[in-house]
Amino acid sequence: LNCDETKELIHGYLDGELDLVKSLEIERHLNECRGCEGTHQGNLVLRSAIRENAPYFSAPRGLRKQIRKSLHEAHRVDSTPSRSVWNLGWLRPAAVFAAFALMAVLIWAVAARKTAPSTDDLLAQEIVSDHIRSLMVDHLTDVPSTDQHTVKPWFDGKLDFAPQVKDLSARGFSLIGGRLDYLNGRDVAVLVYQRRNHFINLYIWPADRMADAGISLATRQGYNLLHWTQGGMTYWAVSDLNNAELQEFAQLVQT
Amino acid sequence: VEQQNRLASFEEAVIPHLDAAYNLARWLTRNDADAEDVAQEATLRAFRFFGGFHGGDGRAWFLTIVRNTCYTWLQNNRSREVSFSIDEQTADIESKVPSPEATLIQSVNREMVRHSIEELPLEYREVIVLRELEGLSYKEISAISEIPIGTVMSRLARARERLRQCLESQMHVEV
Repeated sequence: LNCDETKELIHGYLDGELDLVKSLEIERHLNECRGCEGTHQGNLVLRSAIRENAPYFSAPRGLRKQIRKSLHEAHRVDSTPSRSVWNLGWLRPAAVFAAFALMAVLIWAVAARKTAPSTDDLLAQEIVSDHIRSLMVDHLTDVPSTDQHTVKPWFDGKLDFAPQVKDLSARGFSLIGGRLDYLNGRDVAVLVYQRRNHFINLYIWPADRMADAGISLATRQGYNLLHWTQGGMTYWAVSDLNNAELQEFAQLVQT
Repeated sequence: VEQQNRLASFEEAVIPHLDAAYNLARWLTRNDADAEDVAQEATLRAFRFFGGFHGGDGRAWFLTIVRNTCYTWLQNNRSREVSFSIDEQTADIESKVPSPEATLIQSVNREMVRHSIEELPLEYREVIVLRELEGLSYKEISAISEIPIGTVMSRLARARERLRQCLESQMHVEV
């Protein structure tokens, strides 16, 4: 470094603002140059003279008080009026309570919605299992008959209700028999129909409610399920038959 | 609760630097009453903008607002002082060969130093106060005064040279 370069950086050196490399270069030059070293010494003296003698004006006590007051006023203005409504003590717990109440209602509603279909879900699952079992163990029918007048009387004395038995062979769904089964905690009637090589199990038992309910659809493990209530009876039809044909079947049963 | 916290955290982060704020305002306005006005206004402005303070150095943040408030105030009340802008290029540092005065400066008094600083142009006074009285780094001064770090160093160099000359002339009068 020459003297001009040193002069450029000598205040940065004084203030300790130079990186290590530059500081060392300045130091080396100051060791060699009396003029620059003198300038640096003069700067050191000047700096301490200023630091030791320059008055530092502390905030007067009155100003501090005034500022504190203004701050609290500004703060109060900021908090009014729109926000003050929310700052009112009573509203806050009320809002919290309302939020909790709403949450409770929502949780209850969701839970209720979940439990309501879950009975149907369980039942649908049970029906599918029964359907599969009926096909597997070759226990499709207790009374193998294509004659509704044979099947219907067969249930007499075995159930506390009399299921309607329709022969739908003219419409492509041939009755092949009936059987007794145990579902949903009770004895139920099962009518077995066939469409081509697809079997349909039609489960019938007295409904809890008398009101008719339209057909609802479900699919379980690749089986289609139809469920409806008619004339105080609950009907579940299950098959691997396609949905459209199964619905056609259900409508035929209903009429 | 949030509002309460805002005032509390402001009092915690900013109010401890009220002395620094007043000191800067006092040096820039060179007057007690004006410094109080500016410090008060700057504090309220800082409180209003406190949402923009994301922790860190409360002093540098506060001093930036104080400095801007000072300049606005001077512009409105003493525009002549502000419009007298220093010329960074021509005000070349006339570094004198170390003289006997360098040692004489050791015997300056408070009144002489105060007078010398007050005589400095606004921009020089500002960097001297921030550097020598607040002990701020070039980087902090650069942020507060909104000038590059290189300019901080050159302004300090020129400000010190002027201080030296001013003090030496007073010494001569004294001697």
